[in-house]
Amino acid sequence: MTVVTADDAPSTRARAGGAGDARWYVIGAAVLLVSIVVGASIGPAGPESWRVPVALLDHLPLIAIDSGVTQAEWNIVWRIRMPRVILAALVGGMLSVAGASYQGVFRNPLVDPYLLGAAAGAGLGATLALTTGRNVTMSWSVDPVPTAAFVFAVLTVAVTYLVGASFSGSSSGSGRSGVTLVLAGVAVVAFVTAMQTFILQRNQDVVREVYQWILGRLSGATWSDVVLIFPYVAVSCLVLMLHRRHLDVFRVGDDEAAALGVSVGRTRVVIVIAATLGTAAVVSVSGLIAFVGLVIPHAIRLMAGAGYRRLIPLSLLFGASFLIIADIPGRMLSSPAETPIGVVTAFLGAPFFIYLLRTRRIV
Amino acid sequence: MSELIFDEVAVSYGKRPAVAPFTDGVGSGEWLGIIGPNGAGKSSLLRAAAGLVGHGGTIAVDGVSLAGMSDRDRASRVAYVAQNPLIPDDMSVFDYVLLGRTPYVGYFGTESTLDREIAAEVLDRLGLGEFAGRMLGTMSGGERQRVVIARALAQEAPVLLLDEPTSALDIGHQQQALELITELRRHQHITIVSAMHDLTLAGTYTDRLVMLSDGAVVASGSARDVLTAERLGEVFHVCVSVDIDPDDGTVIVVPRRGFPV
Repeated sequence: MTVVTADDAPSTRARAGGAGDARWYVIGAAVLLVSIVVGASIGPAGPESWRVPVALLDHLPLIAIDSGVTQAEWNIVWRIRMPRVILAALVGGMLSVAGASYQGVFRNPLVDPYLLGAAAGAGLGATLALTTGRNVTMSWSVDPVPTAAFVFAVLTVAVTYLVGASFSGSSSGSGRSGVTLVLAGVAVVAFVTAMQTFILQRNQDVVREVYQWILGRLSGATWSDVVLIFPYVAVSCLVLMLHRRHLDVFRVGDDEAAALGVSVGRTRVVIVIAATLGTAAVVSVSGLIAFVGLVIPHAIRLMAGAGYRRLIPLSLLFGASFLIIADIPGRMLSSPAETPIGVVTAFLGAPFFIYLLRTRRIV
Repeated sequence: MSELIFDEVAVSYGKRPAVAPFTDGVGSGEWLGIIGPNGAGKSSLLRAAAGLVGHGGTIAVDGVSLAGMSDRDRASRVAYVAQNPLIPDDMSVFDYVLLGRTPYVGYFGTESTLDREIAAEVLDRLGLGEFAGRMLGTMSGGERQRVVIARALAQEAPVLLLDEPTSALDIGHQQQALELITELRRHQHITIVSAMHDLTLAGTYTDRLVMLSDGAVVASGSARDVLTAERLGEVFHVCVSVDIDPDDGTVIVVPRRGFPV
């Protein structure tokens, strides 16, 4: 076997690999833009749908077109629909990026952003806020429900991490075992959910309210909701984007990653903290929107490949688009009542995912 | 071109010791084979040198202790190929080999053109250039083993640790992999430590053997000195005969029927 010949000119040039990426980013950005415009154009009240894109153009700087949309109609578009669309984009993008990151650090395809207890904790926090002195807190200028949900979501994940870390890493001292953490999450989630159920059982008058909260909703979204979660989502997504190369190294296993010079335990903590903060923030305003964080990353893997370098930004773009689109039937189906967005995401997402599984080869 | 020193290196899992204090020096460009029964501590010793398990004593490359280095510094000096490396099916061969450049990429950085060229060049050198775009899941066992070695070579570390590099391969691919490592060693003067199960191959390809049993060294030296039928019977509980090829002095270990004495 004489494969080692030093003077062999490299026949394979180092391929840049950027062309394929750029194509996908352009597609993703275009889909997101179209989704935003469509999301702002459709609704049970307001101007005729075709006029909305024209009106949006009209409001861009340096462009003046007569769209025939009255100021009152424009208020519906800009004050009611647009914050809801942008919130859907933030929530969908964040959940997808967090889901992809969690799947990466734990090398587990069944992991979603709620795995370590963000959802269960948020549920408990919201339940506590809705059952404790609600008559008084209802009139507060800042609604305590999202705050309580956020705080309990973060606390629950912290407990999971402490429990998991105290069991693993006793021999190697590095806390590297992702499996232990996942199992700790299962236990903590069960415990927290039991607490929530117990509280609900004793406060049956708020069951309906809590149930609606758990199903997730984007209705009634305002620009202040958007402003509230934007910093968390921005920081979280930025940190996760900066760790996409690390997530690719994690794919070959903790040992190999460590042998390649990655500080596995520390990097995993950074990624989990970033993903958890973002998840907790979006859960606190939108409730539990199932399925998005699990399935969007998989759908992108099937379409565009499994490398995290591409997966993380595409999850942001397509996750955002998906939730904007999924929110449209929610406000139209049983108008003026709302169909919970969590129901719609599963209803739309599950068949689409099954279609992908059938048509694309799974290696 | 680096020297690897083990000075009183001990590894234990909880209270259970896996490697008793082990001292050895692997010279620059030398290939040390570590043999011994399952659980003798071969892998633990390699994992300690790769920084994957904590250890007592000192492991040093060219006089610099690994314990004081950052993870990246250590990875630029010591490359490690696991016994059963996790190989993602849906990763391309090129991307996998490119991971070998990880120690040279900044925390928030990305691979440079130089990194990509080195990866491409390693692939060509190992005759894998045409596979660059293939997914790992479509490769055969022998091809994958070469890809894994390619990744370790892209790391450009002067010390290469191989844990059972041929255990999953048929006899032909075993030989090809070991010949490949031999060639690489000659051209690049890499210092190699490998754990091996096949005693005849271990004796044939390495410069020197260390036999471990229950974490302790029971023999060290040339294949002819270490691989004796009597010692193999004691340590491996196996009945073998050991032949020496009269032409080239190769030590051949042949399993025999019967129970060890």
